[in-house]
Amino acid sequence: MIGGLFIYNHKGEVLISRVYRDDIGRNAVDAFRVNVIHARQQVRSPVTNIARTSFFHVKRANIWLAAVTKQNVNAAMVFEFLYKMCDVMAAYFGKISEENIKNNFVLIYELLDEILDFGYPQNSETGALKTFITQQGIKGQHQTKEEQSQITSQVTGQIGWRREGIKYRRNELFLDVLESVNLLMSPQGQVLSAHVSGRVVMKSYLSGMPECKFGMNDKIVIDKAGKGATSDEAGKSELGGSSGKQSIAIDDCTFHQCVRLSKFDSERSISFIPPDGEYELMRYRTTKDIILPFRVIPLVREVGRTKLEVKVVIKSNFKPSLLAQKIEVRIPTPLNTSGVQVICMKGKAKYKASENAIVWKIKRMAGMKESQISAEIELLPTNDKKKWARPPISMNFEVPFAPSGLKVRYLKVFESKLNYSDHDVIKWVRYIGRSGIYETRC
Amino acid sequence: MPAVSKGDGMRGLAVFISDIRNCKSKEAEIKRINKELANIRSKFKGDKALDGYSKKKYVCKLLFIFLLGHDIDFGHMEAVNLLSSNKYTEKQIGYLFISVLVNSNSELIRLINNAIKNDLSSRNPTFMCLALHCIANVGSREMAEAFAGEIPRILVAGDTMDSVKQSAALCLLRLYKTCPDLVLMGEWTSRVVHLLNDQHMGVVTAAISLITCLSQKNPDEFKTCVSLAVSRLSRIVSSASTDLQDYTYYFVPAPWLSCKLLRLLQCYPPPEDGAVKGRLVECLETILNKAQEPPKSKKVQHSNAKNAILFEAIALIIHYDSEPNLLVRACNQLGQFLQHRETNLRYLALESMCTLASSEFSHEAVKTHIETVINALKTERDVSVRQRAADLLYAMCDRSNAKQIVAEMLSYLETADYSIREEMVLKVAILAEKYAVDYSWYVDTILNLIRIAGDYVSEEVWYRVIQIVINRDDVQGYAAKTVFEALQAPACHENMVKVGGYILGEFGNLIAGDPRSSPLVQFNLLHSKFHLCSVPTRALLLSAYIKFINLFPETKSTIQEVLRCDSQIRNSDVELQQRAVEYLKLSSIASTDVLATVLEEMPPFPERESSILAKLKKKKGPGAVSVELEDGKREGGELNGGGERGDTPAMSASNASTPSPSADLLGLRPAPAVGSAPPSVGSLLVDVFSEGPAAASAGVNDDGFLSSAPPPAASEEPAPPLPEAEDLLNKFVCKNNGVLFENQLLQIGIKSEYRQNLGRMYLFYGNKTSVQFVSFSTAVSCPGELPTQLNLQTKTVEPLIEGGAQVQQVVNIECLTDFIDAPLLNIKFRYGGALQNITLKLPVTINKFFQPTEMVSQEFFQRWKQLSQPQQEAQKIFKSGHGIDTEVVKAKLLGLGTALLENVDPNPENFVCAGVIQTKGQQVGCLLRLEPNAQAQPGEQMYRLTLRSSKDTVSKRICDLLSEQF
Repeated sequence: MIGGLFIYNHKGEVLISRVYRDDIGRNAVDAFRVNVIHARQQVRSPVTNIARTSFFHVKRANIWLAAVTKQNVNAAMVFEFLYKMCDVMAAYFGKISEENIKNNFVLIYELLDEILDFGYPQNSETGALKTFITQQGIKGQHQTKEEQSQITSQVTGQIGWRREGIKYRRNELFLDVLESVNLLMSPQGQVLSAHVSGRVVMKSYLSGMPECKFGMNDKIVIDKAGKGATSDEAGKSELGGSSGKQSIAIDDCTFHQCVRLSKFDSERSISFIPPDGEYELMRYRTTKDIILPFRVIPLVREVGRTKLEVKVVIKSNFKPSLLAQKIEVRIPTPLNTSGVQVICMKGKAKYKASENAIVWKIKRMAGMKESQISAEIELLPTNDKKKWARPPISMNFEVPFAPSGLKVRYLKVFESKLNYSDHDVIKWVRYIGRSGIYETRC
Repeated sequence: MPAVSKGDGMRGLAVFISDIRNCKSKEAEIKRINKELANIRSKFKGDKALDGYSKKKYVCKLLFIFLLGHDIDFGHMEAVNLLSSNKYTEKQIGYLFISVLVNSNSELIRLINNAIKNDLSSRNPTFMCLALHCIANVGSREMAEAFAGEIPRILVAGDTMDSVKQSAALCLLRLYKTCPDLVLMGEWTSRVVHLLNDQHMGVVTAAISLITCLSQKNPDEFKTCVSLAVSRLSRIVSSASTDLQDYTYYFVPAPWLSCKLLRLLQCYPPPEDGAVKGRLVECLETILNKAQEPPKSKKVQHSNAKNAILFEAIALIIHYDSEPNLLVRACNQLGQFLQHRETNLRYLALESMCTLASSEFSHEAVKTHIETVINALKTERDVSVRQRAADLLYAMCDRSNAKQIVAEMLSYLETADYSIREEMVLKVAILAEKYAVDYSWYVDTILNLIRIAGDYVSEEVWYRVIQIVINRDDVQGYAAKTVFEALQAPACHENMVKVGGYILGEFGNLIAGDPRSSPLVQFNLLHSKFHLCSVPTRALLLSAYIKFINLFPETKSTIQEVLRCDSQIRNSDVELQQRAVEYLKLSSIASTDVLATVLEEMPPFPERESSILAKLKKKKGPGAVSVELEDGKREGGELNGGGERGDTPAMSASNASTPSPSADLLGLRPAPAVGSAPPSVGSLLVDVFSEGPAAASAGVNDDGFLSSAPPPAASEEPAPPLPEAEDLLNKFVCKNNGVLFENQLLQIGIKSEYRQNLGRMYLFYGNKTSVQFVSFSTAVSCPGELPTQLNLQTKTVEPLIEGGAQVQQVVNIECLTDFIDAPLLNIKFRYGGALQNITLKLPVTINKFFQPTEMVSQEFFQRWKQLSQPQQEAQKIFKSGHGIDTEVVKAKLLGLGTALLENVDPNPENFVCAGVIQTKGQQVGCLLRLEPNAQAQPGEQMYRLTLRSSKDTVSKRICDLLSEQF
């Protein structure tokens, strides 16, 4: 279990130090600083073992969060906790920065007391936490006994993530499908590896204790439904089965604690009582039939020892009606570059010496279009015989569809006690596809 | 150094550095550096030439980036360009870059060397210095190759500036240290020595470092430096603190130079010239006097400088070891330091005193400080100081103070630091033995030692106490009584049980008269410890029990009961089980006479060098050095009863020495028991014991304490061949590779190959012990008329074989004509001081030069008939040793070197072979027939061997050799 939790600024000064167990001493604080933050070589592993003590760290901007333990804990659990903690802090005071942490350190200690007990993670649901940890000072005097007992019963009850008696005039619901697509492609255009990791994020403003049911074009569900339909209409099911786009194969997924897993296991239906406000309903990953929004075609030519010619073509590969945004292509340059001339048809391109790359930015680009950039790179002859390693060309973008092909089929809301029905709820659905590590070798 | 003008401040560099310093994260720093590198690259690429200032600035930035840990792969050319600048700052930055970033890049090195050459030949001293510093900083082989000839010239040239001379001397020193082969001695060497007389102190200081280093390699060439150094030293020592101005450090005149001079003098023996020597003694006296003067300053630097000179002076005095007066004074001075506040001083004082104690002149003086040293041992907080104190106590110990010192060391041992315990134990054991007047004191001390620090008492220590008790009958009774008492403690260390078991087993009878230590009480006491001990100790205790049966017949039944119980007679450990079975049978079958003979009291051990002393010497520590020193100096004189006990190295060398001390000194001697056993019961006993020696020599090597037969007389003459040499020879008639000889120390393996009349034999000498063999030598000799028949050539082997190591020797053999005798191999070496001398026969026999010849039946019998003269034939009929196995016989005949001919003899059971012996002078054809009578009863089987060859001696010899093989 987690023995202690420390937060450092970029200089390695301790901002927050909370020790949960006796086996972690003060020197653990210094050990992490000396061996990780101030290490000679940059420490890349998020887990560091120093003197039989394990340090798990995540970095947010210039802030280091480190969980420390002497026991053999589940590392995935510790990181899940650290990420959760970042979310909680962000929900309370916005961006995690040195300034914000210093301004809210009382609150942070309060939160740490609540979400970790003797090193065991507790309820880290922001909505629930906000009911009893507030930034308005001590509320205790004003809280009646009833209110207090209500909080207690809610927090310790079966549905710890939602309190009773929520009321909204307008019952609204926002659903975001956020995906990041990762790709590694050979210069010839062969896909070497590709996967999409996606999240379904929901913002709900619903009255009472509604029961929700979420449906998407999961292949297993569709096939099952198709099988059921064969008895009725053979032709229709055939049609559904033949078009691969209709359903997607999900490799693995995880759910928010509110989802009834038993139901998912037996019927593969996702039903839940949603928490109030924003939360992440599920996470998933797919590797098959990915729509690659962009294709990068590189052409690199070495002209003698002192010159390099680069030409890169990008092609957008989606419906012409859609618009991709924030497109950025990064073309690495050799370490002995002494000058660069760039010509591009669209957008802006610039040689950034500090990053050893040509960065080409395009604000917007419609589907089924193509654009190109050409650059002449002058090189300084060096006495080093090392050949340039040619790192891959990477790309960033944002597209308004899900590259995995995921579609939300329905989201039904049932609330039996209050009289509003599924039709009265206003629902919003949005798809955003972003680039993860989207690289093409050259 | 010319002052840096304000305009050279390099603002850009300062801004860059402050930018880097202000970076908040590593990433930001890398970004900034990448940007700067791109900028520099574009600047260097630019077509218009850069001026010197910006070149310098960018090279500086590159250097800074490199020092931050980033790779720099350009800018070398610009740096080299800077070298040819005329501005000091630019040149300096160029040299800095080169010495930090130079790699053996072929094109650049040439340019750099050229620039350095130009600077060296310029008349500008600053430029020369820069160039010299660069050479020294790089210090590579290429540099040495290019400039090793040039620098000595600069060093001794009359018109060279002082500062350049200084740099040149240090540069040359550096080159000499990296590539001594390239710095050649020449006529400059004598002139370097005269730099000691230079006016400029800096030059002298630099030169003396060089001279010290050079003179360590070639002392003779620099001999003249002694008198110069002495006169220089006397000038410094006698000068007032203000005389030397710049070279006075906190009121001490030229401390570094003085120390270096004293250290240089330590490379040489005392000067022979009386005047020089007198002057030196005067200097040393002055230094000692100055130490007594009140300090001129309270600053720590003053006393440090003064003490540094003093300690070097004392080291020199100890090195000379010829001035009793000075030695005693040094000792007194160190005595004062023993109580000094400074821990470092106390440490140094103790360390120097250790060496002083070994000098005959100052030994007494050192002894006066015993109380202080003992106090230091007890109260020092720093373990390294306590270690030195223990070393010093060991060094100053002699007969007069041994009891006190040993007692103090023993009492300290209880609280001693774990790291030094083992060494302390060894030292106590050695001192106790060496200075024991009264052996009961010795026994007490060692038993105490085992009680206090049993875990740290090595095997050697308790072997030694047993050897001494056995060899001195006056102490045996006391020893038995003491161990009996010691064993009564509820928790005894295992080593104590070993000693107890051994001594009671031997001398238990001496205390059996007392009812409190009656035989049964003794036995029960020992047996109560039995189950807590490890296997070797249990084995020893079992031997002690059988000795008890001999000593006290009344305990026989009890002990037999113990031996008979399952945990002994069916013990899973082979060694214990064997002992239990054998002892039980021995006690039940043999008569009391036999028992008394077999289990006789151990005879006195042959005297030898104390094994513990050898062990201490092996431990390489500062203490060990002093031990050797001291042993060398006091050999024979102070050693306790040196003469009477024959403990001096000379005596012990002439004594036969048993190689490794055994773990079980009781080593039973099975052979006499067999011989003296009554014939009626003999058969069973023989069976039991015939297993014995084999097991003992194979499994438990250390069991053969007495059964191992060391070479009887280890004189310088080659020993006569071992009795088994002939057998060893026969082993190799039919094979070329194998182990020729093996005892507890040495293993000799052989690998040989023969072609025609030539052969080559590889001998592998393996050291089986963990101690090195010294003065190892081998000699191959040919007795009788062999030299005319056989030509042998050997290479000499390394005189040193490390423990566990193996060395190889090649013997080239040429057969001139046929021969009978085998050449002798004599091996001599020293193991633990004792000379080992072994002579063996080299397995070179005439059949090795066989060339197999294939022929058909008809051809064979035709030749057979041609060799029908009676002297050409040799025949032997002999009994088969191992029964007749066709395959084995075939293998042996092939091993002999002949061709085995199938389908030749009408009787398929007979073996027929043919071959030609190749010698230098002639070839001898040889035919062989071996007729077995396989049908006969086992045991009756016989062979008839017939040999025919063109030379009678050959037939005879091969017949003899071969008949031994079956």
